[in-house]
Amino acid sequence: MSTAVLTINKGLSGGLNLRQKTILLISFMSLLLLTIVICSLFINERSLSTDFDSKNLAPSLKHPFGTDWMGRDMFIRTIEGLGLSIMIGAFASLISTLISVILGLFSSVGKIADSFVSWLVDLFLSIPHLLLIILISIGFGGGATGVIIGVALTHWPSLTRVVRAEIKQLKTQEYVHISRNFGKSRWWIATKHILPHLIPKFILGTILMFPHAILHEASITFLGFGLSPHEPAIGIILSESMKYLSAGYWWLAFFPGLSLLIVILAFDMIGENLGKLMNPKKAHD
Amino acid sequence: MKQRKLGYFIGKKILKLLCLLIVVCIASFWIVEQSPIDPVRAYIGEMSIQPEQKAKLEEYWGVNTPSHEKFMNWAGNILKGDFGISLIYRMPVTDVMKERFTASIILMASSWLMSGILGFILGIIAGMKNGTLVDKVIKTYCYILIAAPTFWLALIMLLVFSVYLGWFPIGLGIPIGTVADDVTFLDRIHHLILPTITLSLLGVASIAMFTREKLIEVMSSDYILFAKARGERGLGLIMRHGIRNVALPAITLQFLGFSELFGGAVLVEQVFSYPGIGQAAVAAGLRSDVPLLLGIVIVSTIFVFFGNLVADIIYEFIDPRIKQQEMTT
Repeated sequence: MSTAVLTINKGLSGGLNLRQKTILLISFMSLLLLTIVICSLFINERSLSTDFDSKNLAPSLKHPFGTDWMGRDMFIRTIEGLGLSIMIGAFASLISTLISVILGLFSSVGKIADSFVSWLVDLFLSIPHLLLIILISIGFGGGATGVIIGVALTHWPSLTRVVRAEIKQLKTQEYVHISRNFGKSRWWIATKHILPHLIPKFILGTILMFPHAILHEASITFLGFGLSPHEPAIGIILSESMKYLSAGYWWLAFFPGLSLLIVILAFDMIGENLGKLMNPKKAHD
Repeated sequence: MKQRKLGYFIGKKILKLLCLLIVVCIASFWIVEQSPIDPVRAYIGEMSIQPEQKAKLEEYWGVNTPSHEKFMNWAGNILKGDFGISLIYRMPVTDVMKERFTASIILMASSWLMSGILGFILGIIAGMKNGTLVDKVIKTYCYILIAAPTFWLALIMLLVFSVYLGWFPIGLGIPIGTVADDVTFLDRIHHLILPTITLSLLGVASIAMFTREKLIEVMSSDYILFAKARGERGLGLIMRHGIRNVALPAITLQFLGFSELFGGAVLVEQVFSYPGIGQAAVAAGLRSDVPLLLGIVIVSTIFVFFGNLVADIIYEFIDPRIKQQEMTT
């Protein structure tokens, strides 16, 4: 089996160089994720209708992930849940990136601003992440909005740290000094010398933030916060499956969780390979 | 000289902790204060009550007092060591936290140790065999573990070991139907094993990856080349020159992971219905038990701070390289 896969791999990518292979991998993973999101948008209510004739069925060809206690197809529920999770993750990472852009740039204004930003980062990292999300989501009155805001507001510290360090390092570069001596304005230096270096960091940071945001969103819904029990979120599917564990309905927990794992892995792979493409020093690793 | 430096260091850190706690108290109180959740509703639950009783309760919980006054009352009581009464457990928050935190500390400490040791060994093996099949297997295992949702892994462990094999109980810290005094030490251990294993499996990944990278870095250094030229090789070389250089950073990293350990414990405790602080935090959050939630936030902040403090001490005082640097300057 594994040798067969290997030969297929060789046959497919034998003629390609590392760069092309990386691009191929990224496109494949992106396509997978995109398909999940698009499918989840087009799933209509009918395919999720309850059918008590076929409840608690083990996985089969007709229902690849089995069915739940109301006879709903778990495969369709999982896809829909993943779509929801990816969209919440996308929103949260975008907001968090925006915050870290603002704070990162703000930290370069002066010494006081810089210590303020690093203090804020330390403050957010000093409370366990999950507890912080719970606290913020309660502050916003719980519910779906509470969870989304909680996830969105807590993922920026690590990227802010990276951005802050990067700006600090760039400012000591010789070409920046020379530019300043030539009388270029601060704005000119910021946009022409510093921003171009930061943009790839932001893109990469957003993508690498995705898996964290999705995992936290799933965890927090699993714990029972936020989304209503009728929403087919992955966390809710899994917390529902807990009731049926002792009955031996393993597929209710196994497949949705595995799909979530694959989605997370896909994001990690996209981020990592994109990082390789963008960073010429690491291209040969 | 050294004592004075350590004293100065600890003093600075205590000051920092105090500042941090004050800010965390203010911030978390403010966040909860913004919440539209009604504490009286949270206290009485779904029961219906008379309006005059409600007014009494409102007065008791201080619904109508202004926020800053409420905060001063709360903060003043905390300074006296009184965190208030938990709404859901109907007993002082300090008692709830003491009981829950002891249970959690046992779980977290044992899995923290296990994951540290296991992760370090795996990292050393992977780094030693860099590029071979063993390395790739360990790397893949770590990548998958990092991506795996904690609670799903816990569910799978529960499925395999409790439901199918029946080796371990399905949940709870003690057997159902026994009085607290009758619970034997063995019972507790029996209920602790599966959560501990789950939690440590998750912690392995980051420490193993870190140790691996660090060992590879060390192994490509000049002194390793020199040691090899002297004829040292194999395990002896790794033991004498590799591990000694990798161990301290790895231990430091393990101490810095207290925040994630806490998050993992929350999820694992929830799945195994283990009566620890994480489960209490979730219950407090879900049922808007504000005093308990704030108390847990403060305690967990101290917990995370403690981890960072130990990491700092290792870095500043134990690492011989830093000491040497200071001597020369």
